Amino acid sequence: MSGAAPLASGRWRRAEIAFWLVPVACYFLFPGYRVLGSQVFIAALFALSLDLVLGYAGILSLGHAAYFGLGAYAAGLLAAHGWGEPLSGLVAAAAIAAAAGYLASFLVVRGEDLARLMVTLGLGLLLYEAANRGAGVTGGVDGLSGVSMDRLLGAFPFDLAGDTAYVYSLAVLFALFVFTRRLASSPFGLSLRAIRENRARMPAIGAPVRRRLVAAFTLGAAMAGVAGALLAQTTQFVGLDTLGFHRSAEVLIMLVLGGAGRLYGALIGTAVFMIAQDRLAELDPVYWQFWLGLLLVLLVFFARGGILGAAEAIARRAGRR
Amino acid sequence: MAGVLFDGLAYGSLLFLVSLGLSVTMGLMNFVNLAHGAFAMAGGYVCVVAMNRYGVPFLAALPFAFAATAAAGAVLERLLYRRLYGASHLDQVLFSIGLAFMSVAAATWLFGAAQQPVRLPAFLRGQVHAFGADFGIYRIFLLAVVAASTLVLAALLGRTRFGAQVRAAVDDARAARGLGIDVDRVFTATFALGSGLAGLGGALGIEVLGLDPSFPLKFMVYFLLVVVVGGAGTLRGPLAAAMILGVCDVAAKYYVPQAGAFAIYGVMVLLLLAFPAGLFGRRA
Repeated sequence: MSGAAPLASGRWRRAEIAFWLVPVACYFLFPGYRVLGSQVFIAALFALSLDLVLGYAGILSLGHAAYFGLGAYAAGLLAAHGWGEPLSGLVAAAAIAAAAGYLASFLVVRGEDLARLMVTLGLGLLLYEAANRGAGVTGGVDGLSGVSMDRLLGAFPFDLAGDTAYVYSLAVLFALFVFTRRLASSPFGLSLRAIRENRARMPAIGAPVRRRLVAAFTLGAAMAGVAGALLAQTTQFVGLDTLGFHRSAEVLIMLVLGGAGRLYGALIGTAVFMIAQDRLAELDPVYWQFWLGLLLVLLVFFARGGILGAAEAIARRAGRR
Repeated sequence: MAGVLFDGLAYGSLLFLVSLGLSVTMGLMNFVNLAHGAFAMAGGYVCVVAMNRYGVPFLAALPFAFAATAAAGAVLERLLYRRLYGASHLDQVLFSIGLAFMSVAAATWLFGAAQQPVRLPAFLRGQVHAFGADFGIYRIFLLAVVAASTLVLAALLGRTRFGAQVRAAVDDARAARGLGIDVDRVFTATFALGSGLAGLGGALGIEVLGLDPSFPLKFMVYFLLVVVVGGAGTLRGPLAAAMILGVCDVAAKYYVPQAGAFAIYGVMVLLLLAFPAGLFGRRA
């Protein structure tokens, strides 16, 4: 989080355009992996939402899955009770997650790192327990089934091969990425970065620190809600694990693996993480958790800034020569 | 009623014993250590292995649990933790979550996912009937051990040269260094002591908290909460917080079992709102 990213102008660089052509190419090259692909896009959107909260606003959250799960249950419940139209489901999920994030933000923003960590963790656990106990509404441990979606835009049914899910989640991810990218280089995004770097100084130049952080947290919650809703709609199922601590921890790992505060870090970290997880799925999940832990420790000691941070350092060194 | 209160206090005293080390690392040294529960779990497994595999009696296994986890704490502090004292909270969180994940996986690999049984000696089993209620003998024993440990610890920190060094090093490491205190060694010793106490708590707690590989994550919130609500820099803060938590948790599970863990998380958020700097907090 060294703020090494340049003050991005609005213009798209060639590398960025090339980056976005990769998922388009993958659609045609790996037709057997479209379900995995849509999962990657959804997780990437979730990581992107955390990047806004952690990477830009500098709010350490250990309960970001709360908003992911809220969005998932909102969209899932809507569809399970007869409202199967996908796009309006996304909007409803975003609204609910945003409302929850807005309310929570007042508790989160006022404290220091430690208090924020505890409050986000506590709220996440509270919500998990609520969903667990409210089995009559949420299905509890068994998860929410009976989610049936209408055709997307009235034309494309959600199929088992994941064709619609792939294009749908990629489109939503891209749209929200463009929005976030624009936001990050706006005065709002710059003031978030400044608050992260030096919170005490910002009021002196007239920036409303509290209001900015509330806005960032609310936006992050809304985006996480959209990601959750996408998962619910494309898999037509909502499990209790969408709210769990493990999901909060995993999204943090994905973000940090790619590099926080860089937008593309969230996407790259998620892709690497999810593909590795898919490849290693034959192994016992217990071993996976061990390697995950080891990866975290190694990241902290040897690769602060994640994959993109390391790439930037190499590029800088090459440029100096 | 009296029985619930008593069980709650015994449970709280256990939380207090485990959380004490965390109260120093997190509260005073400002290091967010989410892997603290792993030390408690390690103590539990040391105790189980010593008893079931080597036939060591329960009371004799407890010092083993303390010593083994204290040694593990000292080694980890020297090798890893020390490098991150000045790092950002995010780095500390990631590192310690990683450590906790690894401990969970390692424990599953070594001992399997099942709950570990512990066979208490006969004189610690059973109940005493007094004041119209039943009191478990093991819980009386637990309270006594924790009370004794706390008194020893208070004397150690408050009255000895080592205690003065700890307080000085934690308060202002630079000034302490200037006075010729070997701050690095004091930190290692403090960390080892805290880990050892967690290990002792984990071993004592097998009967009350249970012991399985998910322990570090399952109880992470409780330990964090004791520290955050209790505030830093005193013994009585975490003590009061642990007792409140213990009684609330046991009472909630007894009177409103359908709410489950919901009650304790609710209490947690309320306490955090009401006492942002801890019960007896002093602002850093």
